[in-house]
Amino acid sequence: MAKKKKVSWFWTWVIGSVVLRLILIYFPENLNLSSRPEVSTPLTSLRRLAEGYWLKQLSVSPYAGSMYHGSPLLLTLLGPLTVKRIEGQPDHLLCSLVFVIADVVSAMLICAAGGKLQVAYSSSLQLLGLRDLSENSELLPSGDFAALVYLWNPFTIVACVGLSTSAVENLMIVLSLYGACSGLAPLAAFGWVMATHLSLYPAILIIPLILLLGYGPDAPPRKLFWQRNSLEVGTSSDICSEEKAKNQLKVADVFSWRPVVSFLLWTLLWSSYILVLCSIYVQQYGGLQELFKRTYGFILTIQDLSPNIGVLWYFFAEVFDFFRNFFLIVFHGNILLMLAPLALRLNHRPCFLAFVYIVISSMLKSYPSVGDSALYLGLLGLFAYELKDMQFSFFLLSGYVGVSLLSPVMHNLWIWRGTGNANFYFATAIAYACLQIILVVESVSAMLNHDRTLTKLCAAKAPPSMVAGISSSDYQNILLNAAPFFTPLLLPLHFPPPFPDLTILSLNLSKT
Amino acid sequence: MGLPPKATFPLSLLLLFFLFLVLSTSAQQEEFSEELLLKPLPDRKVLAHFHFQNEAPLAADSFARHHHLFPKSISQLVQKFHIKAMELSFTQGRWNYERWGGFDPISSHNAKPPGVELWAVFDVPLHLVDASWRNLTHSLSGLFCTSINFLESSTAYSSPEWAFQSALGSLRYGTLPREAVCTENLTPWLKLLPCRDKAGLSSLMDRPSIYRSFYHSQRLHLTMSSAASDGSRSGIILEQTLTVVLQPNDQNAGMSNVGEIKIQPSWSLSSIFGRKISGRCVLAKLSNVYLHADRGLVAQLETSQKNTAHFATNDTGPEDFRRNSGFELSVAPKRVLKELDKSSSVLYEYPIKEYKDIEQFDLGLMWEHPIVWSSPHAPFYASRFLVGSGNERGAIAISLKSTEMTQQLVANNIEDSCKLQVNVLQVVPWYVKVYYHTLQLLVDERPQVLTDFIERMRVSPSEDKVSPGMMELVLQVPCAMKSAVLSIEFDKGFLHIDEYPPDANQGFDIPSAIISFPDFHAGLQFYDKSQSKSPLLSKLQEKSPVLSYTEVLLVPLTTPDFSMPYNVITITCTIFALYFGSLLNVLRRRVGEEERLLKNKDAKKGVFLRQVLTNLSAKLRGKPLESTPSVSSSSSSSSSSFVSPKLILRVLLVAGIAIAWQYYSQ
Repeated sequence: MAKKKKVSWFWTWVIGSVVLRLILIYFPENLNLSSRPEVSTPLTSLRRLAEGYWLKQLSVSPYAGSMYHGSPLLLTLLGPLTVKRIEGQPDHLLCSLVFVIADVVSAMLICAAGGKLQVAYSSSLQLLGLRDLSENSELLPSGDFAALVYLWNPFTIVACVGLSTSAVENLMIVLSLYGACSGLAPLAAFGWVMATHLSLYPAILIIPLILLLGYGPDAPPRKLFWQRNSLEVGTSSDICSEEKAKNQLKVADVFSWRPVVSFLLWTLLWSSYILVLCSIYVQQYGGLQELFKRTYGFILTIQDLSPNIGVLWYFFAEVFDFFRNFFLIVFHGNILLMLAPLALRLNHRPCFLAFVYIVISSMLKSYPSVGDSALYLGLLGLFAYELKDMQFSFFLLSGYVGVSLLSPVMHNLWIWRGTGNANFYFATAIAYACLQIILVVESVSAMLNHDRTLTKLCAAKAPPSMVAGISSSDYQNILLNAAPFFTPLLLPLHFPPPFPDLTILSLNLSKT
Repeated sequence: MGLPPKATFPLSLLLLFFLFLVLSTSAQQEEFSEELLLKPLPDRKVLAHFHFQNEAPLAADSFARHHHLFPKSISQLVQKFHIKAMELSFTQGRWNYERWGGFDPISSHNAKPPGVELWAVFDVPLHLVDASWRNLTHSLSGLFCTSINFLESSTAYSSPEWAFQSALGSLRYGTLPREAVCTENLTPWLKLLPCRDKAGLSSLMDRPSIYRSFYHSQRLHLTMSSAASDGSRSGIILEQTLTVVLQPNDQNAGMSNVGEIKIQPSWSLSSIFGRKISGRCVLAKLSNVYLHADRGLVAQLETSQKNTAHFATNDTGPEDFRRNSGFELSVAPKRVLKELDKSSSVLYEYPIKEYKDIEQFDLGLMWEHPIVWSSPHAPFYASRFLVGSGNERGAIAISLKSTEMTQQLVANNIEDSCKLQVNVLQVVPWYVKVYYHTLQLLVDERPQVLTDFIERMRVSPSEDKVSPGMMELVLQVPCAMKSAVLSIEFDKGFLHIDEYPPDANQGFDIPSAIISFPDFHAGLQFYDKSQSKSPLLSKLQEKSPVLSYTEVLLVPLTTPDFSMPYNVITITCTIFALYFGSLLNVLRRRVGEEERLLKNKDAKKGVFLRQVLTNLSAKLRGKPLESTPSVSSSSSSSSSSFVSPKLILRVLLVAGIAIAWQYYSQ
């Protein structure tokens, strides 16, 4: 009965958010949100898409001119909707409806994925014998929570009403995560291929997706299972329980290759399918090479210097031309550099790893928008239980509120009134970047602390000799056994982390 | 003498014949003419239009040939870049289409956009056109002391296909709206004339009075007269014109009362230029001065004459024309040309040759009665403006307003089917990012469906830092239309700090749009009895489409802080370092293990130091290393960790990267 009540409560809020969106759509000119730099970047602006579609109708390449840089598939889907007008209705009603639907579907997928994660997590906690913890974790339905956070996040609403195509990109990312959580390799592959095709940066999500398919959803560190298993083997001589423990070990510790291979095969299939579709579409306009140059090339070389909520536009407007390529490499390398350390440390929590990757890429990407923030803030809700001890959460919340209020003010002062200058707006962009850095660092730290408390709780249950037996070198061995495909990447872990040297290096770079 | 007289005679005859041939060809074909057209304008100003034409034959071997009159630099230019036609104009001020007229040949040929305008048609394969253009701009900028070389970059020029001129891809068009025009541009231009400004009409060009003018445009037009069927006439025609609109000094300004219409200021050559014509350029075949009274003026004169009934007969002797009811000319014209149409313009001709008896030719015009007239207008008066505020976005609007000419057309046409064709060419630099799908047309202030009015459309959208955007439109508008507004939205671009000009806050110019009316031809058909063809007259009679340029728009763009590069670089890099460092720190931190690690480290350091010391002391003593039993176990372990395979691997990795880098950079 209580559950039913809860469900109806959930749906009321979902319907409420949809109604709010529909009301906002009917505001005149969409409240001018579609031309806000926070909402529409050169990649996600629907106006640019309409321009591309118009050029296509004129049998000119949609990529002629530097207006449209998105995917040709999006052009075929959304293009006709930008032209169709319904008498007496807002201009972009159909497109807006598409984005509303995309938002709702992503929320539902987040909800379903959250439910799956929660079930898996509480069962694995029970396996470890931490029954009170698992009950605790069941108290908050994190899937529903995350879905509502996603739907009611002002960033999501603004991006949806502001006709930014990031809603579709987010849908694809969430689709791939959901597919991987529920073990549907084709779906995961489709989501990943589409997301990569639409905005390139989700390409790095292939690591968490493979981990998710290989190990299953997020679980406590694997060494705890290992420890628990040997503990149980040691204490009970019962054959039945030994069998059970072995099964548990298999469930917890074995990397299952089968879904991963099928995922990779499906990825191959989907990507070739999409490439064929695109090549048919752009056949007359210079082929795939031109397409990649206009989409991925535009993303990677940061040609458009119009202001957005990131810091790179101002950096590349100011940086000396001969350093441009160097810094392009450095900044994109920065995204790739943290992939391996994070994957090593968080390989038992692939969903959280995906979340961290999404935060990092939306922080360091060339044309960030609030749509990206909307996605990671929604996903943050999935880990509400694990991250309940996160530091600075109030500071972060107020920081986000402050920046999202100040940034339009500074933009107005600079662009419209001419009383401020670019530095005003850039300052808010820096503050926003810092907030995101704090968010990612603190969330990773909180998650690692959570793991530590789990270890401690397990250790309290186990006899002290067992815990002491696992030293850091054993831990590395476990990792080596657990992640066979990371062996080449594991090499640096054996050395003391070179952190101080690297900071000095990066500071030196900034001096040059 | 070796040769008998019998043989010398035909030889000398032959020689003479060749000499005659050479002389006759060069004398016939290399021609120069100088002409000056003066015209009173309705708003108390005077238009002076100098027209110099230089013709030269184009032989196949003309690289080696010397010209008599034709400037060699120009003929080399033509030869080298295979120019079919070219026009270069330097203009200051804006032609006032409302007051000075927009329908006569002078305005549609010589009214030019401010700054420098250059177009050229090349006779080369299409893939070489751009290279020829680039070379041409550099040559011209050297020749005329201007920064025409800025037109070299592909962001500065475009290739309109049919809205401007139909040249099938070999036409290039570029403008520099902000180029300041000065005497240093006039001097090289004058150098191309055979007499420079030392003699003839060009001696009138007093620099202060020219650059004081309301509008002046110096133009250089090159055409290759195509080989006719007989193949005899293939040559270069170089046409140099200088159009100046001057305000004559008003001597009796204080005399007229406020209430009545002011009498036009009387003027003479000496009063507007401060000089007189002291003879013709002897090298010129033709040296004429014309005075042009346009249609409106003649019509007004006739009505006033009818009113006063002074005009007795329609005797068209020169003296009668010298003195009519409206004005008086100081010099009697040799010839009077009337246009073929009724109530048409009149041209007074003064060949300088004929006025040898006068010491210095000084044509003057004395107004007797105040006369108000208006110049003939183009079918639509075109203007262009910016819409919107702020530095983020805006819209360009081109408005067409009907003039009295279209109203006449409507009056003549009883049925409603009358349509007018309007061609629009709009070139927009890349930093003004135009959304072509937002093109809107308002006819009589009501939004219309574009496809009803646009017959043809060609858009080549701008590409960032590569090419400007260009839009060519052919509109079919009804004659009865009062006004039309074409508007198109744009976003303002954000540039790299190096791409801003030194005065970044002044804004950026959008070059003039070209509005042409191909249904109308600006040509004056004079009833010409004489056989001698004057180039200026033939130019006036030439049927050319009516063309007008709109205003240059000034778009202010947002500027970044130009003093910030170092700050931005350091702050951004600090943020990246913060991200990288703190995240890595979180990842490598192990609570509880840190203390142990630190202890280990300390211990290792101590052991290492001790060993180094013992090593040193052993070396100093010159004895083999003796291992003390207390150190031996730990020293061996530390030495093994010091030369561990990991370290070797690390060194190898770095070396490998270094070698690869070396190899790659070579």
